[in-house]
Amino acid sequence: MSYHQAVHDVPSVFENCERPKMHQLFDSTMGGLIPEDLVRKELDLPDLPERDVVKHFINLSQMNFGVDNGLYPLGSCTMKYNPKVCDDIVAWNTIADLHPLQDPSTIQGALRLMHELEQMLCEIGGVDSVTLQPAAGAHGEYTGIHLVRAYHEANGESRKEVVLPDTAHGTNPASAAMVGYDVLELPSKDGCVDVEALKSAVSKDTAAFMLTNPNTLGLFEKDVCEIAGIIHDAGALLYYDGANLNAIMGKTSPGKMDFDIVHFNLHKTFATPHGGGGPGAGPVGVKKRLDEFLPVPRIVLKDGKYVLDSDRPKSIGKVRAFFGNYAVLVRAYAYIRLQGGNGLVSASENAVLNSNYLKELLKDTFEMPYGDLRKHEFVMSGRLLKAKGLKTMDFAKRLLDYGFHAPTVYFPLVVDEAIMIEPTETESRETLDQFADACRKILAEDPEILKTAPHNTARRRLNEAKAARDMVFSWREHEKRMKAESEKATPG
Amino acid sequence: MALSECSLEMLQYLKLKSVEELFSDIPQSVRTDGLRLPDGLSELELRRELEAMMSVNRPASRQPTFLGAGVYHHFIPAAVKTIVLRSEFITSYTPYQPEISQGMLQSLFEYQSFMTELTGMDVVNCSMYDASTALGEAVLMSHRISGGTKFLMSRAISPEKKLVAQTYARGADLKLEEVSYDQTTGAVDLNDLKSKLDQGVAGFYFESPNFLGPFEQHAGEIRSILGAKTMVVGVNPMSLALVRPPADYGADIVVGDAQVFGSSMNLGGPMIGLFGCKTEHVRKMPGRLIGLTVDSQDKRSYCMTLQTREQNIRRGKATSNICTNEALLAVATAAYLSLVGKSGLRDIAAKNIESANSLATRINSVNGFKAPHFKGPHFNEFTVTSEVDPLRVHEELLSKGIHGGFQLAKDFPELRNSTLYATTEMHTREDHDRLVAALGAVG
Repeated sequence: MSYHQAVHDVPSVFENCERPKMHQLFDSTMGGLIPEDLVRKELDLPDLPERDVVKHFINLSQMNFGVDNGLYPLGSCTMKYNPKVCDDIVAWNTIADLHPLQDPSTIQGALRLMHELEQMLCEIGGVDSVTLQPAAGAHGEYTGIHLVRAYHEANGESRKEVVLPDTAHGTNPASAAMVGYDVLELPSKDGCVDVEALKSAVSKDTAAFMLTNPNTLGLFEKDVCEIAGIIHDAGALLYYDGANLNAIMGKTSPGKMDFDIVHFNLHKTFATPHGGGGPGAGPVGVKKRLDEFLPVPRIVLKDGKYVLDSDRPKSIGKVRAFFGNYAVLVRAYAYIRLQGGNGLVSASENAVLNSNYLKELLKDTFEMPYGDLRKHEFVMSGRLLKAKGLKTMDFAKRLLDYGFHAPTVYFPLVVDEAIMIEPTETESRETLDQFADACRKILAEDPEILKTAPHNTARRRLNEAKAARDMVFSWREHEKRMKAESEKATPG
Repeated sequence: MALSECSLEMLQYLKLKSVEELFSDIPQSVRTDGLRLPDGLSELELRRELEAMMSVNRPASRQPTFLGAGVYHHFIPAAVKTIVLRSEFITSYTPYQPEISQGMLQSLFEYQSFMTELTGMDVVNCSMYDASTALGEAVLMSHRISGGTKFLMSRAISPEKKLVAQTYARGADLKLEEVSYDQTTGAVDLNDLKSKLDQGVAGFYFESPNFLGPFEQHAGEIRSILGAKTMVVGVNPMSLALVRPPADYGADIVVGDAQVFGSSMNLGGPMIGLFGCKTEHVRKMPGRLIGLTVDSQDKRSYCMTLQTREQNIRRGKATSNICTNEALLAVATAAYLSLVGKSGLRDIAAKNIESANSLATRINSVNGFKAPHFKGPHFNEFTVTSEVDPLRVHEELLSKGIHGGFQLAKDFPELRNSTLYATTEMHTREDHDRLVAALGAVG
């Protein structure tokens, strides 16, 4: 084992530095431009030289782990490598320095790129129209479920319920609830949708069924055609959560599977960097009959010019200001152009190959409930750790010591002590071999080492309960607590 | 498709003959045969093609642009880019494993700390998508706090935000009602507010500075009128370097966009939704929170906390569905504010106020133009009225390589001869000269 993360004691940027009181020379009313009763009296921010600020953040960055550092096999997150050329491109002033309210004649290149990206996503998703407005996957779901509601309302129906399997991502029920739906979670059977249970669950009250395929166990829902039939016969719509699209590009498509609405996670399948949690982008594609409900404005090509069309009376309106996360859209467009159609198909093939290869390497070590052939990810159970008094989390923390980010753990809920692994296509066989080796080695280690892991990261096991109890969310609050404590210690 | 040697060996290990067998679980009836997309490009080809495609755009860096309306062109120190492009930051994901993600966690905590200080609020989360969705979420949160069936919003807010708020309100079956503004000062019409305030109202949203430019000068009175109802305030956080923070006048929730601190305009996305509230509301709050704690060696550490509010734990009962947020822009914001520092920030904000004041005065002296239309203090944006049709003004400016402001007539019929102009430290004296001369030539 050779991994050691940098360990720095980086003080808060508010700490150990000059925080001067307000300038004495500064006329805080700005010569009367700000009325006296509107003037700010106090502002406690640091003043630091550039050199110190750069040192601060660079040392912090060394205490962080990204895809560029090593394997990041978070299931359902598709942490693939992000081509660097995109970092350069989005910094061009012809891309970065555009204002969203500019006259369309002055942003024709940007509108063209978005229009073409919509068409590419239509081809990949097997849908007829795409909106780029949603800012993230969950935001795409939110948009999609608004489309569901608008569709039913336009038909004079007010259906009350969204159905989804218990393997669904947590965002699915949360999005449906935000659009005003009751959520019905359906227990799975053998890791897949229980078709009989679905039949008895759907009714005239069912507005939509949300599904990701392959599902979060990495299994392809083989009954998808029957499922589509059941849903459509009930007059409901079928929603595709695109989080796992990386498994199937060119092999099938949500549209071909008869889904009506699909969201794409550009930060997953289309290699835009995850940025420590965002920004992402969650475009939504639909079949023709839902086109009229899409958010405004639509980008339309008219007489050789791209124009904005907001005159769409049945539109759900807007889910976000302006066009969406444009800089992310540019990166995804660039990625698709770099790969080309064949490259995207290869990406899916290699993602599935890597996943199955790694699963095969580990199948004698860990329990692998639910079937053999997986798609881009697989779920194993950490149940065997219990015999040693260990939990899946101990194993996950120990993986960090080997220089691997941990997989997603404790999800999906249908697997006891779940460990959800998605290696992606950009990892080499060597890396997968090393990861499997590390997993096996860890199981042979003294349980105490796992319980106290991680050991080689910037911090040891965190006391997360304390954070929830103390609720310190800012430096100011921290200082306030410190002050109160010291006053308590020295009364009078 | 030709497979690499290595892939072939992996297939052999899986006892498979072809890659196709990996997809044998997909029913034939839904199989597709590849993608009808162009062939892949080399990096060089991609650059050439995109350069050509984008060359027809006219960015603000090449034509003086006087648009604001929620997205602003500010200077970004080079070091911000150095910091956010660090691989360890940009290629990481949500810090689910805090021990190996302290860098991102501390940076996000510092973002929260900067925003807490600027807004004066107790708690700021580590970002929503943008100000419009932050407002949408604030409407829903107000409903969680105060109940009710409707929510009031000032009329003097961005049409984009209004549309987004409508979508969010519709999802929760809440009604939005508008409160008018004073025709002279642009401030909230207090009588109209009082008349619309009944039992069914969850809360009220207004902005300072508002969409039309002026700061709200009656925030304290609005607070007393609202009583126990939720008060949501929208801010341009840069202006808070110089004016009273919304916590001072009793805001329950503050929203805004921190794009002004170190992020490009990017055609309006990504932006970074600022969202803060009082401690008493924290469990009703959407979005991620980073908290301070210690590790097993008692070293100061940071982690995500109060996650039981969130979708990954609470599913359908979560306070919001948000998962992916705008974390990298929060890092940019923390880096920017650290770099400019307190004095730098106050200087930049002062430059914006002075510049807007000077530009408004100069436009006002052009025949046929009046600026600012609303009386009272402004930040970096103001409404201009003209005798000539604003559309004609816009076209004449464009023909001279200048992009004028945002025409208000479509969204504010009562302001049909009006245009919203913004100016920032990016404009030089010459840019102002050019604009004023061009306006003079129209009039």
